[in-house]
Amino acid sequence: MATGDVKLIGSWASVFVMRARIALNLKSISYEFLQETYGTKSELLLKSNPVHKKMPVLIHADKPVCESNIIVQYIDEAWSSYGPSILPSQPYDRAIARFWAAYVDDKWFIALRSILTARGEEEKKAAIAEVEERTDHLEKAFIDCSNGKPFFNGDHIGYLDIALGSFLGWWKVVELDASHILLDETKTPSLFKWAERFCNDPAVKPLMPETAKLAEFARKLFPKPEA
Amino acid sequence: MADELILLDFWPSMFGMRTKIALAEKGVTYEYIETDPWIKTPLLIEMNPIHKKIPVLIHKGKPICESLIQLEYIDEVWSGTHPMLPSDPYQKAQARFWGDFIDKKFYDPSWKVWGTKGEEQVAAKKELLEHFKTLETELGEKTYYGGEVFGFLDIALMGYYSWFKAMEKFGEFSIQTEFPKLTEWTKRCLERESVVKALTDSEKIIEYAYVLRKKFGAE
Repeated sequence: MATGDVKLIGSWASVFVMRARIALNLKSISYEFLQETYGTKSELLLKSNPVHKKMPVLIHADKPVCESNIIVQYIDEAWSSYGPSILPSQPYDRAIARFWAAYVDDKWFIALRSILTARGEEEKKAAIAEVEERTDHLEKAFIDCSNGKPFFNGDHIGYLDIALGSFLGWWKVVELDASHILLDETKTPSLFKWAERFCNDPAVKPLMPETAKLAEFARKLFPKPEA
Repeated sequence: MADELILLDFWPSMFGMRTKIALAEKGVTYEYIETDPWIKTPLLIEMNPIHKKIPVLIHKGKPICESLIQLEYIDEVWSGTHPMLPSDPYQKAQARFWGDFIDKKFYDPSWKVWGTKGEEQVAAKKELLEHFKTLETELGEKTYYGGEVFGFLDIALMGYYSWFKAMEKFGEFSIQTEFPKLTEWTKRCLERESVVKALTDSEKIIEYAYVLRKKFGAE
């Protein structure tokens, strides 16, 4: 349904922007996507997010909402009667989903990014080990949360699926960069299978960037030091 | 029922104080278990295996970790009384945004200002004062961050109140002088029994800050 007063400031390559777009897709909300130019910050972005000056920013009826996980919750609540629920319905399940989404951002993503910024083999090996340990935690979290269903959220993708799944493009790019499998079919079989289901979800498929295009962008964002 | 609800907390923790305020606001009874996070007890490890930190709220045997997540949980379970988050989705998003700001931006310099020395401390003080200013601007002329109602964001920031004197002492600044509106807001919050009962004596916190400063090598 068209809601002409919804805008999203973002970039095709950003994990955090993708979260907001998946949520909007789940609710079938149409919006104007305002693509930021790499290397610059638009006036609208700076005005809408003066505290962090970062994307994504959702602007709904001229009111800005910032921080991807907060935007996803806002979308779920503002359009609660549209489409499936993004957050689980029970308070305990919601707390668990929020806990793990925070873990993804504060612990897992930091480790993943440190593979790209590692200087030398030792640092890279340590970063990889950290990602593997934290991915293992997420495998267990998936088993607990999904309860035999296809997604963290059960039958449909939800808050935690979006929080982690939005990283799948970059996950692959980092694997290539590190020449090391980081989503292992034998070590974390549940997550491995979930990843494929997530990427094939109609709300996600059109948004997941091509690995080659993202890898090229990654080289710009994380240039390798001169040999 | 008190035996349904347990709080693992450590007396100086600003995060634990948030949860205690929230539980008191809802009039909920619980068992309090003093838990020093520097000593990883079996119960702490069992209930928070990922972070091994306090506070941990245990409800009917199931743990909820991270103080702001606990606040939302408490608000949702005991939804019939004293709502802490606004019902309007936009206002709710704003409250969550500022709660996140406090933990992602304010927290770090707030401990570095008493926990470090030299250049690091100077930089922390500068950053802390900027964040205090931002938070005061966000308060504006409102009675509480929640408007007329004491709520989520008030609790998120008041959790730090016991540590304000330590920040002032080691940072050598006065919150009253620099941030008069914020100071008036703290006074309004301190009229609430839930807040007064949850907070720890500021002098005890300063003593504890000295202990930590030695541990961190700042003393």
